[in-house]
Amino acid sequence: MDVEHHLTTPLSDKDVESLRAGDRVAISGIVYTARDAAHRRLMELMGAGKELPIPIAGQVIYYVGPSPAPPGRVIGAAGPTTSYRMDPYAPGLLERGLKAMIGKGKRSREVIEAMVRYKAVYLAAIGGAGALMAKAVIGARVVAYEELGPEAIRELKVDKMPAVVVNDVLGNDLYEEGQEKYRLTEGP
Amino acid sequence: MREIRAESIVNAVSDAAIRANLELGRDVMEALERAVGLEESEVGRDILKKLLENARIAREERIPICQDTGVAVLFVELGREARVIGDLYQALEEGVRKGYEQGFLRKSVCDPFTRKNTGDNTPVIVHLSLVPGDRLRIWMVPKGGGSENMSRLFMLPPSAGWAGVKEKVVQTVAEAGPNPCPPTIIGVGIGGDFEQSAILAKKSLLRPLGSPNPDPRLVPMEEELLTDVNRTGVGPQGLGGRVTSLAVHILMMPCHIASLPLAVNIQCHASRHVEIVL
Repeated sequence: MDVEHHLTTPLSDKDVESLRAGDRVAISGIVYTARDAAHRRLMELMGAGKELPIPIAGQVIYYVGPSPAPPGRVIGAAGPTTSYRMDPYAPGLLERGLKAMIGKGKRSREVIEAMVRYKAVYLAAIGGAGALMAKAVIGARVVAYEELGPEAIRELKVDKMPAVVVNDVLGNDLYEEGQEKYRLTEGP
Repeated sequence: MREIRAESIVNAVSDAAIRANLELGRDVMEALERAVGLEESEVGRDILKKLLENARIAREERIPICQDTGVAVLFVELGREARVIGDLYQALEEGVRKGYEQGFLRKSVCDPFTRKNTGDNTPVIVHLSLVPGDRLRIWMVPKGGGSENMSRLFMLPPSAGWAGVKEKVVQTVAEAGPNPCPPTIIGVGIGGDFEQSAILAKKSLLRPLGSPNPDPRLVPMEEELLTDVNRTGVGPQGLGGRVTSLAVHILMMPCHIASLPLAVNIQCHASRHVEIVL
């Protein structure tokens, strides 16, 4: 299926304002990986008023804990992890100018509202397609918390990484819209 | 007494851990291919084709299907006429340690509170039973966190009956939505007690997709539940569609007169299980 937007990181307000739930995007440039343990550490630093190990304003965070890179490859499998676990941390990062999050699964009301307020988007990659997603990763290096292993923060260089817009700056939600079309029973 | 050396168990488990994570089973590939034909959503069909492509890349390029190579769950059946020379539990653990290291699989096990990674994907989860015969049969099942987190257990009142069971299964799938990486396989354990229902639910996932339930009573029940969960509209990746689940598997056993235990173990589309016989 066709890609509607080619995005190059870092992203501006204008970049994300043009995106609508359901649009297909291809992301190129630098994205940072962070999942549960890394988010907890970032929040602790923010709470203590300390500097963060990665830039946040204009950046993209990919919720992923890749498998180890076999010899001759830059990364192992690298598909998205479930995003709701990062919901408690996301509004604080959005306030600091985070422009996009890549993951899979539903976000909380608070996160969706924070995306509208601070102009940011949530993108879904295909969960469980780790081998396919890794094709878009052309460079990877650990930039913080190496001791966390798969949960370390990595700087990934990506080339046309595919994703779909789930939540846009208007508060639309692709999961709700998509499921509504095919639901034959009462909602959850 | 037939003797089985611990060393051969280590090597077999290590090999199974790697194969399970790199090679999606033929049964799952075929179920995904069937799903492409059933799915009405264009986005859904596109996702299903990408999942098939992903599995082909993983197998050919020798990288995991999914980065979440799971907690290692091992269902083990030891024949009463077989004797393990050495320590069976240690051999299973050593096999997982070796496979996860040599196969470049992700180590995904940590302390519940410090969240410090144990570094070698142990401890493993072992369900051991003694059976007739002189063989050692092991199912290596790497279980991912995303689908496990969406699994639920209900201690229903007996009055809830089949209608109550159906309601809870559908509710679990609908609430999970996109989180467990649909299209999923739903493992349902009915009866037993609190922990037995959960073990039944997980064990039901070992049955190859597309093969009928050996208990004829459960065949129409599985069909009815599959129809119902696919009416939720969740669809592939939760983006809407007809194929929310590829199959529903049920295992059932008698329970306490006061109880109707129900466990719903959700399995993502990367349903990985390798069977080895020593």
